[in-house]
Amino acid sequence: MSDLTRLTAAELASKIHSREVSAVEAAQAHLDRIDAVDGTVHAFLHVGAESALASAALVDERIAAGEAPESPLAGVPLALKDVFTTTDMPTTCGSKILEGWQPPYDATVTERLRAAGITILGKTNMDEFAMGSSTEHSAYGVTRNPWDTTRVPGGSGGGSAASLAAFEAPLAIGTDTGGSIRQPAAFTGTVGVKPTYGGVSRYGLVACASSLDQAGPCARTVLDAALLHEVIGGHDPRDSTSIDRPVPDVVAAAKEGADGDLSGLKVGVVRELGGEGYQPGVRASYDAALRRLEKLGAELVEVSCPHFEYGMAAYYLILPSEVSSNLARFDAMRYGLRAAEGKSAEEVMANTREQGFGPEVKRRIMLGTYALSSGYYDAYYGQAQKVRTLISRDFASAFAQADVLVSPTTPTSAFPIGDKIDDPLAMYLNDLATIPTNLAGVAGMSVPSGLSDGLPTGLQVMAPALGEAVMYRVGAAFEAARDADEGGPLIARVPEVTA
Amino acid sequence: MTASLDLVDFDDVVARFDPVLGIEVHVELSTRTKMFCGCPTGFGAEPNTQVCPVCLGLPGALPVVNRAAVEAAMRIGLALNCSIAPWGRFARKNYFYPDMPKNFQTSQYDEPIAVDGFLDLTLDDGEVVRIGIERAHMEEDTGKSLHVGGADGRIHGADHSLLDYNRAGVPLIEIVTKMIPDTGARAPEVARAYVTALRDLIKSLDVSDVRMDQGSMRADVNLSLSPSGSGVLGTRTETKNVNSLRSVERAVRHEMSRQAGVLDAGGEIVQETRHFDESTGHTRAGRRKETSEDYRYFPEPDLVPIAPSAEWVEELRGTLPELPWERRRRIQDDWGISDEEIRDLVNAGALELVEATVAAGAPSGEARSWWVSYLAQQANTRSVELADLAITPAQVARVIALIAEGELTNKLARQVVDGVLDGEGEPDEVVASRGLKVVSDEGALVAAVDAALAEQPDVAEKIRGGKVQAAGAIVGAVMKATKGQADAKRVRELIIERVGA
Amino acid sequence: MTADSAASPGGVITRDEVAHLARLARLAVTDEELDVFAGQLDVIIGSVARVGEVAADDIPPTSHAVPLENVFRPDEPRPGLDQEQALAGAPAAEQGRFRVPRILGEEQ
Repeated sequence: MSDLTRLTAAELASKIHSREVSAVEAAQAHLDRIDAVDGTVHAFLHVGAESALASAALVDERIAAGEAPESPLAGVPLALKDVFTTTDMPTTCGSKILEGWQPPYDATVTERLRAAGITILGKTNMDEFAMGSSTEHSAYGVTRNPWDTTRVPGGSGGGSAASLAAFEAPLAIGTDTGGSIRQPAAFTGTVGVKPTYGGVSRYGLVACASSLDQAGPCARTVLDAALLHEVIGGHDPRDSTSIDRPVPDVVAAAKEGADGDLSGLKVGVVRELGGEGYQPGVRASYDAALRRLEKLGAELVEVSCPHFEYGMAAYYLILPSEVSSNLARFDAMRYGLRAAEGKSAEEVMANTREQGFGPEVKRRIMLGTYALSSGYYDAYYGQAQKVRTLISRDFASAFAQADVLVSPTTPTSAFPIGDKIDDPLAMYLNDLATIPTNLAGVAGMSVPSGLSDGLPTGLQVMAPALGEAVMYRVGAAFEAARDADEGGPLIARVPEVTA
Repeated sequence: MTASLDLVDFDDVVARFDPVLGIEVHVELSTRTKMFCGCPTGFGAEPNTQVCPVCLGLPGALPVVNRAAVEAAMRIGLALNCSIAPWGRFARKNYFYPDMPKNFQTSQYDEPIAVDGFLDLTLDDGEVVRIGIERAHMEEDTGKSLHVGGADGRIHGADHSLLDYNRAGVPLIEIVTKMIPDTGARAPEVARAYVTALRDLIKSLDVSDVRMDQGSMRADVNLSLSPSGSGVLGTRTETKNVNSLRSVERAVRHEMSRQAGVLDAGGEIVQETRHFDESTGHTRAGRRKETSEDYRYFPEPDLVPIAPSAEWVEELRGTLPELPWERRRRIQDDWGISDEEIRDLVNAGALELVEATVAAGAPSGEARSWWVSYLAQQANTRSVELADLAITPAQVARVIALIAEGELTNKLARQVVDGVLDGEGEPDEVVASRGLKVVSDEGALVAAVDAALAEQPDVAEKIRGGKVQAAGAIVGAVMKATKGQADAKRVRELIIERVGA
Repeated sequence: MTADSAASPGGVITRDEVAHLARLARLAVTDEELDVFAGQLDVIIGSVARVGEVAADDIPPTSHAVPLENVFRPDEPRPGLDQEQALAGAPAAEQGRFRVPRILGEEQ
């Protein structure tokens, strides 16, 4: 049965819906795979075998009764980042402070997955509260990159990306605050999409930075990501920042793109991204990607986004500020960890937070507390919000010249575990190219572009707000051309994980 | 701080200092649901049964603004003559406290929905004082803590605390005055009159119970003293916990005397939060904070801006009811009553009742008389509020009509009212069941008069001799014979008739 | 732009300031952490202070990535949690309420 885990979600769904295989068989095959490799990869913090099989059985019953499947992905297994609330599984956000917390409600994304008949296999590892670029900041141990288990899978959604690359799941959900879907996708040779801000509900997504967080699909192909995007996307009245518009028709766009013709399309090459500071292998792979886009008929235009270089500074003010406030609720009063020490509520709060949060979270809470303090607000938080405006203007003028923008997803390929853990600034540089889209709320995706010294690299495609259709079209065209030129998908070249 | 209890005599304070007031009032809205979630807001539910992931601050939960709360805030603003901000955001006020589930309060900070208005007060002697309104903004209430193991459930000395979040997230409107200078000796009275007027105003808008005793209206009083005529602003204190109109007045009066005492002793007023103690009438200092307050406000990213259109604002302006003072003026003119009379009606809680009775067809004089005398007495003996008496204005109006039609005497009418109050039904039903109708059968009355005259021939003789006042004895006998159901005036006429015949 | 967290001569943030931030943020940090965080925060703040270089007075700040306005909910009750669900995750509960250690502070 092991080849079931090698199928794309679309292929697996078609086999399930035609009753060639059952959803239960598909779930079991992936649970077996998790059993076999997750001891090494450690993509999962929690595996819900029983609930997964029960949910799959319901899909089988429905199909056996001759009814239409719940959705085009009904019966397909999925790995859910442990930052979404689930009533039948714990939700820890990779933090000690939420160890064992079982939410009394489902996130909107969780609800939509269930309603679509998608089998939720379990919850995936992440940097604590989505802060980090390597999963090394998880309180529950690092996730290993299936391409090289001495290296990180990226982060914060390293667990979701690694589960795809290790064939533990064909679909995963991530969240992207500054690159946490796209950077792990690049590091693991998978596809990751950050939708337009407001495109996917944040209700039940435990907040990192509210104005930047966005949930999105992760998969091994662009079409699979599109299929999942349509399941989770769309307006939610429980999220005030949710956009009340139809989800862009991304599945049709992905199918159209796979035909491989981009003529008439303008692709903006961002001058400020992809030059100095990028690993040579990453640059080589990027250059090849640009040639490939040209070959597909796209017209390359150079665009300048002069304020992108201030993006990281603005991001590391806005994010910690929001974090310092969002994470204040973890105070040992109503749920989660409570420290034994302390004579008063105030002392117990401080001791719990000291024990329950890891160093990166504490660092960012203090940074945000500083940036919002009276006397500093204008110089830091206030200025960062202005940079945000400038970056949005850069995007607006670039999108006036091009339909999509491209860049390398990351400056480097996956780095060794332990390499940057003690150097916060070096770690932050991972998100140089991905942060601007979060600040401006526009859409971005990472598609596998090639290898650099045997490790995957990603091409980032960016589109205006609600412009996901053209982004998927470009991504799918690029993917098809690359696969055709290289004799198959990049992911087929991932080495077998050994214990 | 206990050493500084040298209070200066109030008259002495106002002779040497100018008080400057500022009043912040929190009003809990009576919307059906909370500010940011669909939980109900009723009082008296079991603890933690009116909660959800949003108001419990569970990870991942998100707020959505209650439209009715925004409209209530705008209506309050409009009634206070404020401008409605065309665009504004909520902010987060960050501080840790166990009764606040998110450890930040979602509140409008520098972008309040209503700004720059005023409220005119009429003091007891008719003087009108205009109170400037700085702002009215929306925020959310906190939960309630119960302190266990200490004396009287007080926070000090408690062993642990128990938290109930049913009130957490209930919509609050905070109304802040501009500085109120130049009130002198009238400062305590002005403070009370302001809170009273604000209460009546908000009540007329029907957006809150405004019950100070239940905490749905709470006042914080800021006060500073400056040496008379100096124009130099003093340091202010903020007195919280002021839970009745009377306390507002007492708190201002006490704080003026206390601050003057501190200043006279060469001390300095500390800018601090103080708490009003109902039992002593004094204010006491709150615990000094180890770190200075720094709320680290920033725009709430989980909520989008509110941008009321001019159409929306005008539509709401159109829903404003007649404001309390306008209504009083109109009623006073309609009924032709004095300032004092209308104030008595208001103080007796009878204005609405009388107005409704008049609306049901009764003349205003009779309606007023019934409510402020006989019904007020009945409320008193039955130990209920006037408005809680088991009689409706329509029923009172019917009783008044029966008197006017000659169907009831005043005495009988009181018995009818007693019957209604005792649950015997509508006035007409009580008349029928108690047999209280005036005896208007002339034949029966003539017979009764004749019988009484026959029984007391000496009296009949006196009347015949011109001593008409002697008829009283015969009237009494007839009334007794008819069990009081005869019209005394008609009886008297008949006596004269029969004697003279 | 590599960080050297050991040295922070002429730094913008002191150890005392970090201690103050930790108090505001309710983090009972250790002395050792104070030193580490002081060094790291100094470097990070030194780096992010660049935002001051570009944004002029005439640039409006952006607080929300997507320009939505007037998102409301009707004033209609919706089912929430029952008491048992509300208290299910509580470290301690008593009489239908969350039980917490004694509170020192004054109510705000």
